[in-house]
Amino acid sequence: MADSDVRLMKGNEVIAHAAVRCGCDGYFGYPITPQSEVMETLMELRPWETTGMVVLQAESEISSINMVYGGAATGKKIMTSSSSPGVSLMSEGLSYLAACELPCLVVNCQRGGPGLGTIQPSQGDYFQACKGGGHGDYHLIVLAPSSVQEMYDFVSLAFDLAFKHRNPAMILADGAIGQMMEKVVLSEQQPRLADEEIAERYGDWATCGKGNRKRYNVCTSLFMQPDDLEALNLRLQAKYRTIEAEEARWEEIMCDDAEYVLVAYGSSARISAAVVEQAREQGLKVGLLRPITLYPFPVKPLRDMVERGVKGFLSVELNAGQMVEDVRLAVNGEAAVGHYGRTGGVLFTPEEVLEALKNKLVK
Amino acid sequence: MKETIIIAGFGGQGVLSMGKILAYSGVMQDSEVTWMPSYGPEMRGGTANVTVIISDKRISSPIANDYDTAIVLNQQSLDKFEPMVKPGGVLIYDANGIVNPPKRTDIEIYIIDAASECARLGQPKLFNTMVLGGYLKIKPIVSMENVMLGLKKSLPERAWRLLPENEKAILRGGEIIRQVR
Repeated sequence: MADSDVRLMKGNEVIAHAAVRCGCDGYFGYPITPQSEVMETLMELRPWETTGMVVLQAESEISSINMVYGGAATGKKIMTSSSSPGVSLMSEGLSYLAACELPCLVVNCQRGGPGLGTIQPSQGDYFQACKGGGHGDYHLIVLAPSSVQEMYDFVSLAFDLAFKHRNPAMILADGAIGQMMEKVVLSEQQPRLADEEIAERYGDWATCGKGNRKRYNVCTSLFMQPDDLEALNLRLQAKYRTIEAEEARWEEIMCDDAEYVLVAYGSSARISAAVVEQAREQGLKVGLLRPITLYPFPVKPLRDMVERGVKGFLSVELNAGQMVEDVRLAVNGEAAVGHYGRTGGVLFTPEEVLEALKNKLVK
Repeated sequence: MKETIIIAGFGGQGVLSMGKILAYSGVMQDSEVTWMPSYGPEMRGGTANVTVIISDKRISSPIANDYDTAIVLNQQSLDKFEPMVKPGGVLIYDANGIVNPPKRTDIEIYIIDAASECARLGQPKLFNTMVLGGYLKIKPIVSMENVMLGLKKSLPERAWRLLPENEKAILRGGEIIRQVR
């Protein structure tokens, strides 16, 4: 008999449950398909009556991200969620959040683009999430869930990483993961933290009142003196090197003896896992490397696979070829690298991915 | 055991909730489950479908392009999904509104006249659980006990008073389903 804490829920619904249960202080958002269930579920849960978490529908995505900016500057656990066109509107705010080194969580439940595009699933925002999106030299910590349970677990993980490194984090999901229902085990309710507890755990940087400090804390991204701004950039870059060294996460499926490896994240990884099953039935030694963090990108497992003689890598993405660039950089010309993708909200089948693998790589 | 099912019909027939009850029943017996709905232009055009997978192992792809069972509740869905049933698989349809019946000879085909039975009972809202009952008669992949637990979990508490009549509908569905070939 299943435990009573096991539920059947949509990916979007569990984002809301996870936010409340991990002690999130505030959510500011604006509806957009295919992620609208996040705020709908929060409104049903009414956490302002239980944990005291604030849930507010802003008048736009631009307002949402700037409310996140303000809330995060006070050291609180603040989040928003949106889908591709809405995240584009948030890009300026994300650059400011990164510059001010403010922890927060942004969930992007991607849909097809460019432009207003479609409401169907896509992974066309990899570049936007991992390579900037907003202006200036900055990175978000980017997590890519491939199941409803991971949608749940990564909310808490994203906040932990965001506070540990004082950096905005993003959960990069897509319409398929957001709309799909699977089993999920809900964790116990964690308390929201008081200002003193936040300062003790994560450092005394938040702008939540001068109190007994000798000087005010300041969060700003405006540095008119080039030397001051370069000093910020050097500190940010040092932090990104630390994140790259410490935080890369990935899963390997049947890679130990693989001659060819699919590289895929999120819903593409689920479909690619079926490709591995089909390929193995046909006697082809195929494995799957599933990046769990997209930034930092898991370079090490790719290098290890190149070293042990994997013949080729196929980056399988619901886009025209984005993550494949990071695969190529890691492989560095020492093995074949290909890409297979569909765009516009079209999902590939395992059969067509296997066909692409054979045509592009298997000699 | 791994069963991949597509349930398809008009919006409002209870297609998505039928899938949810089935998936929740799977959860109640500790199976792995996925429930993947159409939420895009099809849904907005009035048709709806959901892919449910119930397995005793970790499920890789929640999206399928061939099915062990197709439950189709209108002509468009029959036309679209009949070719996608695996050879030897099962196709269940309600003959209400079907002009061109299924033609394949390499699959098992069943009719369930749930729409007319619900009309006779004056209970149109029991349509989807009745169809589910027919399916479970053919493919008893979850026990009746777990189906009722799944049904209870799928419904908000205010709707629990409807559980007994839905149980009757599930059992009635099992009685009225009949094999065509």
